[in-house]
Amino acid sequence: MKRKYKRLTFVLIALLLLGASAALVLSAFEDSIVFFHSPSDIVAKKVALDKRLRLGGLVEKGSVVKKKDAVVNFRITDTANTVAVTYKGILPDLFREGQGVVTEGRMVGNVFKAEEVLAKHDEEYMPPEVADALKKAGQWKGSKQK
Amino acid sequence: MIAEAGHYALTLALFIAIVQATVPLIGAHKNDSFWMSFAQPAAILQFLLVAFAFGCLTIAFVTSDFSLAVVVHNSHTAKPLIFKISGVWGNHEGSMLLWVLILSLFGALVALFGNNLPPGLRSRALAVQAMIAVGFYLFMLLTSNPFERIIPPPANGQDLNPLLQDFGLAIHPPMLYLGYVGFSMAFSFAIAALIEGRVDAAWARWVRPWTLLAWCFLSGGIALGSWWAYYELGWGGFWFWDPVENASFIPWLSGTALLHSSIVVEKRDALKGWTIFLAIVTFSLSLLGTFLVRSGVLTSVHSFATDPSRGVFILALLVIVTGGSLALFAWRGPGLKSDVLFQPISREGGLLFNNLVMTTAAATVLLGTLYPLMLEAMGGGKVSVGAPFFNATFVPLMVPMLIAMAAGPMLTWKRSDLKPVLNRLWIAFIAAIVLVLVVWQIQGGAVFGLIGTGIATWLFVGTMVQLGERIHLFRVPLGDSLRRLGRTPRAAWGMTLAHAGLAITIAGITGAGVWKVESIQSLMPGQSVSLSGFDFKFQGVKQIQGPNYQATRATFTVTQDGKAVVTLHPEKRLYVVQNQPTTEAAIHSTIWGDLYAVIGDPEGTKGAYVTRLYFNPLVVWMWIGVMMMMLGAAMSLSDRRYRIGAPKRTRQRIEGAAATSLK
Repeated sequence: MKRKYKRLTFVLIALLLLGASAALVLSAFEDSIVFFHSPSDIVAKKVALDKRLRLGGLVEKGSVVKKKDAVVNFRITDTANTVAVTYKGILPDLFREGQGVVTEGRMVGNVFKAEEVLAKHDEEYMPPEVADALKKAGQWKGSKQK
Repeated sequence: MIAEAGHYALTLALFIAIVQATVPLIGAHKNDSFWMSFAQPAAILQFLLVAFAFGCLTIAFVTSDFSLAVVVHNSHTAKPLIFKISGVWGNHEGSMLLWVLILSLFGALVALFGNNLPPGLRSRALAVQAMIAVGFYLFMLLTSNPFERIIPPPANGQDLNPLLQDFGLAIHPPMLYLGYVGFSMAFSFAIAALIEGRVDAAWARWVRPWTLLAWCFLSGGIALGSWWAYYELGWGGFWFWDPVENASFIPWLSGTALLHSSIVVEKRDALKGWTIFLAIVTFSLSLLGTFLVRSGVLTSVHSFATDPSRGVFILALLVIVTGGSLALFAWRGPGLKSDVLFQPISREGGLLFNNLVMTTAAATVLLGTLYPLMLEAMGGGKVSVGAPFFNATFVPLMVPMLIAMAAGPMLTWKRSDLKPVLNRLWIAFIAAIVLVLVVWQIQGGAVFGLIGTGIATWLFVGTMVQLGERIHLFRVPLGDSLRRLGRTPRAAWGMTLAHAGLAITIAGITGAGVWKVESIQSLMPGQSVSLSGFDFKFQGVKQIQGPNYQATRATFTVTQDGKAVVTLHPEKRLYVVQNQPTTEAAIHSTIWGDLYAVIGDPEGTKGAYVTRLYFNPLVVWMWIGVMMMMLGAAMSLSDRRYRIGAPKRTRQRIEGAAATSLK
């Protein structure tokens, strides 16, 4: 093989890899990026509700109802609006009423069916997304963030 | 008093580092051996001072000196001793102290054992190492001083985050940092070589051991973190593509590329500029990892600091290091061009292919990790990029490399032919097909599972075939083969072990990722659940009292076909001081899979509990595979060619050379 072609082979392989990864990234971005929304966004139907999404806010006080077979129902609020959530599984250790929480899942009718519930690992910690959602709703006091 | 001594030592270390960063550099430029001779004692002194400061902080933690702010925020008198010690680095300030301790340790090692290095290169490398150190000393002294006092001292501390009170996590940060900071050595040598304008096979031979060492520790650190997540977080998973995990994985990917490209520099005197570039990039990515974790831009259990001045400082440091070194590279790099061209089908061609894939993969993971930050900075909304993204991008990229990986080591240098190599790999191909069919029969047609099985088998058998080829197995009498096996250099053993280890790791990831069986339910005492042929019987709970926590301890008896297998005791703990609950999973590991039980909240008033049970196949294989990779790196590190020329052996080498010439 001539020198030129040898070099060309590697350049082609490199381009092929970059092209493949770019294609993979783009197609994955389409399907697998999850947007964060507040209860107000969802109530206002500002979002595509058929997609997987993250919903965050405060767990409304007095809303947690434990059903049979490890199913839990609760409501997430940004104090302006509220969305009902259902989840089957063990809630994270730091899940508490009145505390910040982020859930990931889909809207099924008017209920958010969560597949994952994330409460952060610190008592006073407020997920930044939740803090922002609260700020938007005009309810942020800003005292608790570490 | 002890705290002031530590603070003072740290300040002194800063000034020593400033001297070390300048004087030897000028000396090397003027070729003045007196000025250059400052480098070694300075590096050693720096290490001693930091070690002293670290010792002071450790004493403060062990004796619960609550006049120090870090101790107050991260310790408590009731905490077990080992977690008092690990508390030293279980917080932002202390972990930065650990960072500079390891940084100065590597510098001191070069000073002590680098007698075979050309004086110019050594002085320059130590000077660059000191420049990095200056940045971090300033960072500590200005924004995160571990020796800051709190007045008046409280009676007791606030305890360490209970999730961090764990043996695996006690040794995870030091391992990870040995890896991160280890790449600083490759970086310093790369910058020194750029200043000098010379990169040759000898340079690669000096740099490679440091890269191997760093890679070995980084692999261990990542695996420990993954192990911790597996048993401590209680989600049954081991890798979440969490930004903080990615932050350590990206330098690992580029470090792996560096490890392989330095072989080409050593053996073929080619890919020099690229190797230098990788050394710069790998350390920059290590710094980026530190920045992402420490600055608090990412929210995770790992991020201690949300003080913005710290984030800005590390970001500035990152920009200076990366920008400065890349500018230097742009200026001096073109001079390093080597005029060696590769045949695509050759050992170096294979290594280059590895490099292309590893860097592409690193870039992809980096993009996915930073994308949410970039989007938010541009006001594009909040997103999370999670496992689905990385599974859809990273995994397919790895497939061609893993397939090529079985053949690569069998190609010869310079010019090779693929056909004979593939002819020898038929057995690996058949083994892969057979195993895929067997798995398909047993487990059904999960595509990812079949691909993973096929690739792991192909790679493992292919690596064994390569070893067999090396010792001419079945082609010469067995005795000859064994003699060849005995003469196989340790570097070759290292490669075989590491590649086989990766195959086993992939098998483990496939098993645990694809064939995990999970069951969530609420159970009354006496009820049982059947999972993958095991019967888990819930026997009820007991309240117990730990040193600094209270726990609800459940009992599961596990039987298989009526025979007792094991009794599992998952716990739900409440750490009293921080009022934080944690989940302690109970895990029983066997070679074919882990039985994994987690207990949740009580349900109703009749003693029922929410429980989560898993059967995670082949998890142990991941840990075994990673250990094999680390052992492979260690084997390679002990190879003869890195030992000859070690300082104390110079005379022996001359004697040895004389002896061979007499033969």
